[in-house]
Amino acid sequence: MRQTIPLFITFFIGILLIIAVFIPPFGELGETFTLFFDIMAVFAFFLGGGNLLRVHINKLRNKKPDWPYSIVTLSGFGLMLAAGLFKINNPGDIAAAVDTAGSLFYFMFHAAMVPLGSTMYSLLAFFVASASYRAFRAKNREATLLLIAAFIILLGRTPFGMYISGWIPDEVSLFQIPNLAVWIMNSPNLAGQRAIMIGIGLGVISMSLRLILGIERSYLGGDK
Amino acid sequence: MENLGVIISLIIIFGGLAWLFWRSVQGREVERRIIFVFIFVAVAAPILFPITFEEKATPVVKSLFDKIESLPEKSKVLISFDYDPAMQPEVQPMANALSRHCLEKGHTVVFMCLWATGQSLLTATLESVIKPEFPELVDGTDYISVGYKAGNEGVLNVIVSDFIRMFPTDINGTPLDSTVIFQDIKSCADFDLILAVGGGRPGPKEWVLFVGDPAKVPIGVGVAAVVAPQLYPYYPRQVVGILGGVKGAAEYETELAAAHPRFDEVDKPGLRMMGPQTLAHMVIMAFIVIGNIAMFRARRKAE
Amino acid sequence: MSYHSRRCLRSLPTITAIVSCLLLALPFYASGQEPVTDSVPADTAVVIEAAPPTTVLSSDHKYDDGDQINLSWVPSIDETLKDSKVIGYKIYRAEDGGEFELLAEIPDVDTTNAYADQEVEHGHKYAYYVASVTETGEYASLETMPLEPEREWLDLNKAYLFIMALIISGAVIIYVETAKRGKELFVRKIAGLEAIDDAVGRATEMGRPVLFIPGIHDMDDVQTLAALTILGRVARTIADYDTKIFMPVSRSLVMTAARETIKSSYQAAGRPDAYNDDMVNYVTDEQFGYVAAVDGIMVREKPATVFLLGAFFAESLILAETGNSVGAIQIAGTARPAQLPFFIAACDFTLIGEELFAASAYLSGEPRQLGSLKGQDVGKAIAMVVIIGGVATATLAGAWQMGFAESIHGWLMEVFSTN
Repeated sequence: MRQTIPLFITFFIGILLIIAVFIPPFGELGETFTLFFDIMAVFAFFLGGGNLLRVHINKLRNKKPDWPYSIVTLSGFGLMLAAGLFKINNPGDIAAAVDTAGSLFYFMFHAAMVPLGSTMYSLLAFFVASASYRAFRAKNREATLLLIAAFIILLGRTPFGMYISGWIPDEVSLFQIPNLAVWIMNSPNLAGQRAIMIGIGLGVISMSLRLILGIERSYLGGDK
Repeated sequence: MENLGVIISLIIIFGGLAWLFWRSVQGREVERRIIFVFIFVAVAAPILFPITFEEKATPVVKSLFDKIESLPEKSKVLISFDYDPAMQPEVQPMANALSRHCLEKGHTVVFMCLWATGQSLLTATLESVIKPEFPELVDGTDYISVGYKAGNEGVLNVIVSDFIRMFPTDINGTPLDSTVIFQDIKSCADFDLILAVGGGRPGPKEWVLFVGDPAKVPIGVGVAAVVAPQLYPYYPRQVVGILGGVKGAAEYETELAAAHPRFDEVDKPGLRMMGPQTLAHMVIMAFIVIGNIAMFRARRKAE
Repeated sequence: MSYHSRRCLRSLPTITAIVSCLLLALPFYASGQEPVTDSVPADTAVVIEAAPPTTVLSSDHKYDDGDQINLSWVPSIDETLKDSKVIGYKIYRAEDGGEFELLAEIPDVDTTNAYADQEVEHGHKYAYYVASVTETGEYASLETMPLEPEREWLDLNKAYLFIMALIISGAVIIYVETAKRGKELFVRKIAGLEAIDDAVGRATEMGRPVLFIPGIHDMDDVQTLAALTILGRVARTIADYDTKIFMPVSRSLVMTAARETIKSSYQAAGRPDAYNDDMVNYVTDEQFGYVAAVDGIMVREKPATVFLLGAFFAESLILAETGNSVGAIQIAGTARPAQLPFFIAACDFTLIGEELFAASAYLSGEPRQLGSLKGQDVGKAIAMVVIIGGVATATLAGAWQMGFAESIHGWLMEVFSTN
């Protein structure tokens, strides 16, 4: 019973939504079920938030390692929640947009969250360099091709590409580095991307059919 | 002073790289933390001592620019801010440039977002770019912001046929069907151009699949550089132009300033960031060479 | 009756006709003349500034739920004049024989002569007229006949899509049935999946935990479901080996599903008491907040094995490089093409796109699941044939103007375009 009901729901809704694509009167079902999912996901926020609170309060109470950071987590959680719910310092009233310019929420978002997110994203610059140093080695033929392509793209994305290869006549302008970089993106890269996308599409069909028909059940918890 | 700073920075970087090159000839690998230091200097130096390069628009950028230029005045354009603070440095410059261009050409612009975090970034564009630079324009008549709606592709599925059903009011609570702009906009098919700025999901690809193709509306995209290759399959049929990463933003800002000289004096963050990007690329290429030399030397020693 | 009278009677029809023509012609005659008397005041004269649009046609939009009627018209002939006074058009609609009300305005000329009315309902009849608009007035066309939009139960525009879906789904089902009957199906080795047991064993030997990251998307993404199906297999091995597992997640629904999956795996391994809810904990929905938390776990706990399976975005390289820096063996898999290069550069094994979806079938070895992989291959074969055929016909049509190649190419474009 524990698995039968979810499997039945999966089968019924899955078949219905596939049919809805081809039957116009059912065309809005897809949007309706998407809204249902969003409503469920919103309720699930309470589960996740509750779990977060429980874990960190537990850490504080039992003085587990690194417990002071839990104070930071809980303070940030509470402050942001209060600022958004009670519209603290919001120029509008309680029904105003949560991030109206001038509100505490807007200030914390732009003063804390935006710089923190940008900082984490900027780590990519360092990791790209270390990954490139480690990965772009001419160990074999394919790796050498990859290395050459990477070089051309790296140069092509900077003004130096044109400075170095601008002397190449217009008749063979394809070999100017920026144009070569664009050609690599538009031809070999595009072919590979499309092939991967076709494979992914077919994989999604196969996986979805297994889920709808109940062949694949382990995500429900157990094989039985 | 700035030129001196640039020269000193370049001497430090290239001198250090020469030293590492000599070490690689001896077959010695470079430690990860040294690579991080070099990247830090390569990115920080052009920010502290600005280096800018001239940019020329590539065809994929130029085609989007030309599309907006060629639209008749009062065309209806939808701009969607689908990104978060992490992508902001890369994508916000192009969002600002596209917004400026559309409003300068007299188009009617509707702003929206599919990401919750996009709403604050959209507000930032409204407050820091649109209101100061276009004080004569009226919110609700010349442009309007409808804000964020949860639902990802579900939102697109609805607005492709009924925009007001998903967004009954703008961010100030004004019913959309009482605004001048939405008198003749019922669905996405009524827009002359949709600009999707972002890079994740939902993002430009979802706009093409769920709105651009079904409603036959041209889509222009501004995306983080890493996402741009995914959109080339759609260019030029479904996607009229692609701004990819900081370079795309820099190229667009250059074109915009050339065609509309009043934007020559505004801050061009895309162009500004090309200095660090260029130097960082050079450093990465140098490390790739150094790494390969170290590998070959070590292999020969082992033999 | 006298001769004179008879002559008058015979002439009566003629006289009547002549008088009628004169009476009918009088207005036309009078309009071009100076008023004979002052009995018609000059300020009540009607001035017609523009001709109305003509040939207003309403038609049912095909293959819908009866919720759209398409209108078209021939613009006012005055638009072709140099001093045209037409500044736009207005569309009026009457429902079920009621009053005509303004439906839409076309505020410009030369923009469109068509309109899609999507505010209609099946079961009601609608009539329209279109008026050309000048500064001073409107000039209405004839009304259309009342039309009831029809509800179609099949969208024949998607007939080809339906057939393709049937072929591929049918192939999957046929191969599943074939496999159930005991036929051996060949599936090539996937290195990343073969390494899972060894990777978990490595963690056990080193006394370090396993870290499982199911991506940053919710349960509505099929990649997350694929990751959870692999989690079931991995958790079974972990339960058998009594290894520790950490699973920070960024979505609450994924947290509940993952807990169920791991709990069942521990129960199946006969070790339900070893399961603990804290193995899976929710961190945050915010992308880089989640990345910061996971990086912290990697640096503090130093997992020996890291699984990065599911939907990833910009954080993929940050996670992979951090895992590499702590010396973990990493098995990654995603269906996001943009992130695959990062995983390939930084991880030991990478499941590329469809290999992620094939993983659960591959690991289970169950015939029915393996059958679905073979069915997928039929779709790939069709794709390859169509690509080669399309390229060949496009080349023949473009380079040598071969008519038959052009027809085949056109047909392929029609079949495989999504509408």
